[in-house]
This record gives sequence, structure tokens and C-alpha cells, in this order.
Amino acid sequence: MEIPPPCGPLSTRVVEVMSGRRPSLEVTSGQGSVLNDRDVQLALWLIYELSYRGFDGVDLALEWDPDLVRLRLRLEQAVEHELRTATQARVENALENGGDVGDLLLQMVQDDQGPPLAAYLRRDATLPQLQDFLRERSVQQLKESDPQAFLLPRLRGEAKVALAELQYDEFGAGRPERLHQTLYAQSLVAAWLDPGYGAYVADVSAMSLASTNVMSMFGLNRRLLAAGCGHFAAFEASSAIPSRRIAAGLDRVGLVAAAPYFDEHVEADAVHEQIAARDVCGALVADDPGCLPEVLFGAACVLHIDALSATELMTRWAAESAEAPTEVAS
Amino acid sequence: MSSLRVRACPHGPLLVRGADAVVDEEGTEHPVTRPVVAVCVCDRSARKPWCDGTHKSVRTSAT
Repeated sequence: MEIPPPCGPLSTRVVEVMSGRRPSLEVTSGQGSVLNDRDVQLALWLIYELSYRGFDGVDLALEWDPDLVRLRLRLEQAVEHELRTATQARVENALENGGDVGDLLLQMVQDDQGPPLAAYLRRDATLPQLQDFLRERSVQQLKESDPQAFLLPRLRGEAKVALAELQYDEFGAGRPERLHQTLYAQSLVAAWLDPGYGAYVADVSAMSLASTNVMSMFGLNRRLLAAGCGHFAAFEASSAIPSRRIAAGLDRVGLVAAAPYFDEHVEADAVHEQIAARDVCGALVADDPGCLPEVLFGAACVLHIDALSATELMTRWAAESAEAPTEVAS
Repeated sequence: MSSLRVRACPHGPLLVRGADAVVDEEGTEHPVTRPVVAVCVCDRSARKPWCDGTHKSVRTSAT
């Protein structure tokens, strides 16, 4: 993959480091949301990518470059602080309810009243909007389950077995053509989009980058293991019903060939949510009851980020249709 | 697969491991294509015999 174009001072300096230069990577604390700051999220995404597939011509040793690692930790600190503040009430509510961790996780997702993105995609979204959605999700879905693979060596016993079983399915269950990342690439092709890994990094929103970055943050920091497991459980649990709606939306606008990925996820995630919540997180908390708040924190992060991301998309689409009424009418 | 294992999830589906196929009420055989499958028990799934998560919206509307 080529290095995508930077979009601000921070990502510019990260790209400079990747090109062999040594700019200062000092960060001054900014104002406002770092999740919604595209420059911050792209800088983080660039650094994380060095631990996945990297970039053409970029020195492999930069993955552990002290300056880049220091910058990553600094940005992660800001992201984590924002997420902890935003999710505190949700986590406290769940803890007050008490009960089995699997039930708590599934209930938290079920109780969530996020923006109705999936319902909109099913009933109202235009073909370009569905393409836009597929494009925005592509950065995350083309590396689906890769961040969670980093959790595996840190788990033991039942939790490890459960995560491995779940990931075996995500990674195709022994059949390359069933690799979920490949199914997503096929959906992109069917929607006349570029299936290349990272092809749309330059185009997607800050929130789409933040969504995948948070998975990398949880995957690459062992201290956030429990949050990573909770995040995975909520991610799976918030996918089955929306996947069905998205598949119906794609069918509605004639993108029938793009639907199999989402069809697959209706049945797959009905299984995965149970295994991730009850077996992975259940075993983790049984082993160390003190990590329950962290598991719930990870889960609450999914809901918080999904809500921001859905709001961003739906606001953008509403503004576009308001701007181009004659185009819509014709 | 060596052995068949079925587990009931609270308020949710049956998780079935090690099955080759699930036979529905009409006698139609549905081959199992993944390591674990979730079989619907609430009777509301649009993808029976497989769970599609509908039990969650049923619970929400009931409460």
C-alpha cells in the first residue's frame, strides 16, 4: 500500500518520518474531540498500520521507532481519556444492574438507542449513500478481526479457546474464499468500488478511522486486554440485526451482489455475540472479577463510536440532499 | 467432527458444535457450514433454523 496523503500538521510529520526525515513530533494539547479530529486519527492510523501490513518502501524498523511509539502513546492517552469520560455513565449504569457479564454486555447493546443508521440504509438510502457507507466501513472491514488477533496470546484457558474458535470462523474456517475480509472486498467490487486494502483511507471520515484505531489501541496495549474483549463482544452483538437491514438495503437499490457479506454476518454474528460475550468475556471475568468494569468500558466504546459515526454519516447525507434538491427530483 | 455438543444460551439460541446438519420441522436438512452454529429457539428468526438475532427485538418490544 502507498502512504495516503496527510491531512494536517500531525499526519504530515508522521508521513515525513516514514519518508526518512526527522521532524519534531511534539504534540501540543488541542481543544475539542480527538475522536473527531481527522489529523490525529490519520496520524494514529498511519502508526498502527506499521504493525499490520505497512507501506511500500517504508522501513520495517519504524514499527518500533521510539519517536513514533512515543507519539502513539501520547495520542492514545488523549483518545482513551475522551472515551473514558464519554462512557463513564454507561459503564456505571451497567455495573449497578449487576449480574452475569454475558447478560450485562448483551443487555447494554440491546438497550442502546443509537441513531437509526441501519434502518435508514434499509429503507431510504440512495445507491450513492450505500456506496458511501461501504466505502467508510472499508478501512475497518478489510482488516476485520486482525486487531483482535493481538488479544489471543494474552488470554489463557477457556477465554483463549473461545476467541480462537470465533476468529477461525472470521478468518474463513479453513476456506480462503470465506475469509470475511475477502467477502467484504467482494462487496466493494459488486458496488463498483475499489477493493484494495486501504484504498479509501484518504477519503473516509475521522470517525471511520477512529473506529478501527480504537480496536488497534485495545489490541496493541496489554493493559487494555479486558477492554479489547468487551469491545469485541459489543462489536459482534451490535452487528447481526443491522447486517440484515443493510443486506436488505443493498438488495433494494440493486446491489444484490454486495449483500452476501452482510448476509453472512447475520448468522455468523448471532453465534459470535454469544461466544464473545459469554465465553471470552465470561471466562475472563471469572478468572479476574476485578476486570468487569474494563470489559464494560470496552463495550461502551463501541456504542459511543458507532453513535458518533452514524450521526456523522446521516448528517452529511441530510446536508447533501438539502443542497441538491433538483438533482434528487430529476 | 468427533462429538456433538449443544449449549443453551440464556434468552438466546442453542449453540451447536460438531454437527453436520440441522433438520428442521419440515424435515429439510440444513448443512452446517461453520464451526459453531446458533439454532433459533424463539421461533421468530427469519432464517430458521438459524438464529438471526431477532429474539433481541422481541424481548425489547415485550418489556
